[in-house]
Amino acid sequence: MSILGNRVRRVEDPRFLRGEARYLENIPLEGALAVTFVRSPLAHARVTGVDTSAAAALPGVQVFTGADVDAPPLGPPPQWHVTEGMVRPLVATDVVRFVGEIVAVVVSQDRASGADAAELVMVDYDPLPAVLSAEESLTDEVLLFPEVGTNVAGRSGKEHDESLFDGCDTVVSGMFWSQRMAAAPMEPRSSAATVDADGRLLYWGTTQTPHTDKMILSGMLGLDPGQVRVVSPDVGGGFGAKMLEAEGVLVAWLARKLGRPVRWTETRSENMLNLPQGRAQRLEFTLGGTRDGTLLAYRLNVLADVGAYPWLGTALPNFTALMAPEVYAIPKVETQTASLLTNTTTTTSIRGAGRPEAAQAMERAIDTFAAEIGMDPAEVRRKNFIPKDAFPYQTATGATYDSGDYEGALDLVLRSAGYDELRAEQRRRREAGDPVELGIGLGAYVEISNPVGETEFGEVEITEDGGAILRTGSFSHGQGHETTFAMIAAERLGLPVERVTVVKGDTDQVPKGTGTFGSKSTQIGGVAGGLAAEAVVERAKELVADYLEASAADVVLDAGRGAFHVAGTSEPSLAWADIASRALEDGRLGELRVSHEFQAPPTFPFGIHLAVVDVDTETGKVVLTRHVAVDDAGTLINPLVADGQVHGGIAFGVGQALFEEIVYGEDGNPMTNTFVGYAFPSAAEFPSFERVEMVTPTPANPIGVKGLGESGTVGSTPAVHNAVVDALLPHGVRHVDLPCNGENVWKALQEAKP
Amino acid sequence: MIPAPFEYARADSVGHAVELLGAEDAKVLAGGHSLIPLLRLRFARPSLLVDIGRLDDLRYVREDGDRIAIGALTRHADLAHDPVLAKRCPLVADVAEGIGDPQVRHRGTIGGSVAHADPASDFATLMLTLDAELVAHGPDGERTIPADEFFVGPFESALGPREVLTELRVPAVGGGVYLKHVRRAQDWALVGVAAVRVDGGTHVGLTSMGPTPLRASAVEQAVADGASPADAAARAGEGADPPGDVQGSAAYRTHLAEVLVRRALEQL
Amino acid sequence: MTRIALDVNGRRHEAEVEPRSLLVYFLRDELGLKGTNVGCDTSSCGACTVLLDGESAKSCTVLAVQADGCEVTTIEGLADGERLHPVQQAFHEQHGLQCGYCTPGFVMATVSLLKENPSPSEAEIRHALEGNLCRCTGYHNIVRAVEAAARAGA
Repeated sequence: MSILGNRVRRVEDPRFLRGEARYLENIPLEGALAVTFVRSPLAHARVTGVDTSAAAALPGVQVFTGADVDAPPLGPPPQWHVTEGMVRPLVATDVVRFVGEIVAVVVSQDRASGADAAELVMVDYDPLPAVLSAEESLTDEVLLFPEVGTNVAGRSGKEHDESLFDGCDTVVSGMFWSQRMAAAPMEPRSSAATVDADGRLLYWGTTQTPHTDKMILSGMLGLDPGQVRVVSPDVGGGFGAKMLEAEGVLVAWLARKLGRPVRWTETRSENMLNLPQGRAQRLEFTLGGTRDGTLLAYRLNVLADVGAYPWLGTALPNFTALMAPEVYAIPKVETQTASLLTNTTTTTSIRGAGRPEAAQAMERAIDTFAAEIGMDPAEVRRKNFIPKDAFPYQTATGATYDSGDYEGALDLVLRSAGYDELRAEQRRRREAGDPVELGIGLGAYVEISNPVGETEFGEVEITEDGGAILRTGSFSHGQGHETTFAMIAAERLGLPVERVTVVKGDTDQVPKGTGTFGSKSTQIGGVAGGLAAEAVVERAKELVADYLEASAADVVLDAGRGAFHVAGTSEPSLAWADIASRALEDGRLGELRVSHEFQAPPTFPFGIHLAVVDVDTETGKVVLTRHVAVDDAGTLINPLVADGQVHGGIAFGVGQALFEEIVYGEDGNPMTNTFVGYAFPSAAEFPSFERVEMVTPTPANPIGVKGLGESGTVGSTPAVHNAVVDALLPHGVRHVDLPCNGENVWKALQEAKP
Repeated sequence: MIPAPFEYARADSVGHAVELLGAEDAKVLAGGHSLIPLLRLRFARPSLLVDIGRLDDLRYVREDGDRIAIGALTRHADLAHDPVLAKRCPLVADVAEGIGDPQVRHRGTIGGSVAHADPASDFATLMLTLDAELVAHGPDGERTIPADEFFVGPFESALGPREVLTELRVPAVGGGVYLKHVRRAQDWALVGVAAVRVDGGTHVGLTSMGPTPLRASAVEQAVADGASPADAAARAGEGADPPGDVQGSAAYRTHLAEVLVRRALEQL
Repeated sequence: MTRIALDVNGRRHEAEVEPRSLLVYFLRDELGLKGTNVGCDTSSCGACTVLLDGESAKSCTVLAVQADGCEVTTIEGLADGERLHPVQQAFHEQHGLQCGYCTPGFVMATVSLLKENPSPSEAEIRHALEGNLCRCTGYHNIVRAVEAAARAGA
């Protein structure tokens, strides 16, 4: 019986449970100096002087300014299509463009003296007016890069078609901010670097993409890639935001400059100011159709606030635009996007990365339309879903959805939640005049995983003792690949999971890789490992054929016991341990090491969430009481781990719906740079989640898997958002700003008052 | 983050603490759960910390005539389960149970919380509402400060630089209500409302509605004049000066105060 | 520098520490006990939770000098050799961890909770864990793990 589909407990757990995890900060590095960054307290200013003398006078302290750093600025890669000339110097020299930007680097004997010295670096600033919103940025009155002449870092879409809504008897519109959020991984970032006797750079980073980081580092430091090794050890969460940034490059640069090992670990306050943030898109939707509930045309305008220096966040509105039609067969869809610089922290991908925004806009549009024509929002959805038999389906925005059953998902969620009973309870409360209203919200979605159709590396090697090593270019920072990838290989090899060791995150041990983001790991990295395992099995058959004096074509693997024999006779047989020891003697063990690279197109995970909320109409307080989620990501390798991915995704999305928001004060000063200000929710803010499994395999890869890491987030925010508005419909409320916290609910109630 | 350097001395008696506090920029350390976060962010930079945390004779709850005497170093976790409070002033135990999180309640002390004079402190409001007497020891001996004279400004109390808060004395009152609105369970109160009946009168206190904990005097007067909870609560914002911050605007705080005062009066 | 002596995981340690040294850095840097993590600056996240004289405390909000004479238990002190502590075992079985960074704090907070309340309801569990933050699990399986540990009589 196959192990795939079983709830296998994670093999990586014990080291984390015992306090033996290899987080970067835990790795000993003899004689390492501590790095502390001196950061700008102003959002936009000219730097007129940096006096390092007092700091450098402290024992064991050295200070570097922008003038000392001879590495080039960190520019976005060309495929993000960012306006030329908007690049970030590693250390600011003449202008700072956000609170937290690096203005000097302190190197000290230990962390405490570094903090003391950093306070003594005196920087003179000449304040400039700060641009704090994308709307303000659009006016180009204050430019972040005057020499470029615009604050627009990226744009997409065509001119409006004035006839788009012709034929519609009902047109609704709305606008809201998918607010700026922190990825907030529990482990803050760290970097460390050392140079060995041969001048080779060994760099450790808390990153999701070690191989990409190696290429960037070698390029920026002018080194041959072979002269750089990047290790990403156990990483405490990433959520899309942990990539190589200025700090990591500087740590590597310092190790080479000083010829000493150096290390840096950020504080949480530093993390909240400098780890790139996400969302920050203003979504303006217009949806038209007929009063029988048929949708005919949709327009989505996206205005993205991408922070001070264009980074991945500049390109994400393209995904929002691509996914704008979501799960609906709407004949005409039009999108426009613009990415604007502001004097705030740079933005990047965070869990969902452009796709949540598409679902948030569309699902609010659907509910707004349903309220306008007086139809149950579930019915409007049902009437307009792309039908089950229409796949592969080409959307109006050019995506080709692989597989789906959107109506099936709706039926499942309504039945599981007891939709009719919930509506009855809602009526009962309304009739009783209960100040605590019940709200029910749906969030249907389809998202794109492995969005740019990447290639991933996998290699399987049989070890001397008959176990296996699986080397993967994917990275795991909590996703459980050491278990799920091992399961895929183990199933093909006929080995117990514990006999397959997954190796990742070290560019010396794994020759290539693309890392983990965009929910792509299993569908390309997992598959690559599986295909490599299959190739090893074929090689093993050849060895076994020689050892049993048979034809390789006649040799079969009995996966149940991990032994090969000639078809039709179960004995004699050779188990992996037998083959490995004989191959070792014969010098042929190397044949049992095969690598494989697997490229696949994107897949389109889908689902629908149903949220139930209590809304106290007096205080505005919202409590999520139930969250029922159908998430279909195709075949499941390990449902235990899959559940966990969905749960985490839901919480991240609920965090956006109800609690979290990065806030800047009038002068550009961040108000949410600790977990006191930033409302990261705890267990006390959530109910248990009701996950309802649904499996529609994709034809896009041989296992049938889609991505699952982000989809829970895509579905949950609009479901909860819609539930809050649904609760308040009798009060005349048609919209509540995100996050739907007490104050925003109260404001919506105030504005709706006649 | 790492605090700026400071000296450290552990007091072995209240008198010793008072003596140690003679040093310039010295500060008292009790449980540390108000002070250490400020030290870490380098918002506070004392030259000397006088640790009174080992003065176990300041951990007690006992009946003292018509009052309950609470030792300043009694931890939130102990107050929450204290049998004397459960019987004689259960509101103190209720409030203790809702402060911070379990880890904070294991270390934080009522004296530290009150002496910190944070306008967002639940205990500060409760002491004010209960007309507590706060006992301090200083170079000139012991003095008792009425709660309505104790809270001078944000993070500023009537304690002198060499005074140590040693005891909090509250009246025995049955019932009482403390309601607070928080974004998340672990947050400080966005607004808190205490309502108790003391000696036949109704006392109402407000948390996070001004630079110090406040008494809602207009509400108290209205109740005394026989107003309904709703009518009395409409006056919750009178005399208040709520902050606007990332947790909530001043206008929202005022609205919440009205709602919570009405609910508290209804439940009283 | 101030001299302190304390028991950590049943072993006596004596050391000279700077008064500003936080207990968590003392454990990590001086004693090499790297299992206790630091996740924030403000006592908010609970990643650094240890047992101080048997009760949960955030070791980033305790000065090492304050722990003088105390008994400290860290995540490294829970398992009995190869055998995981029942709370650790429950987190494993219920998939109560993903990236693992918050896990030592949650495990220690749970040990403390179950000592005070051996059979908590779901609501009590969620309330008792309000001082610990996790970004990966949505807390769902953490709550299941605490329930399982309680059933196992942890």
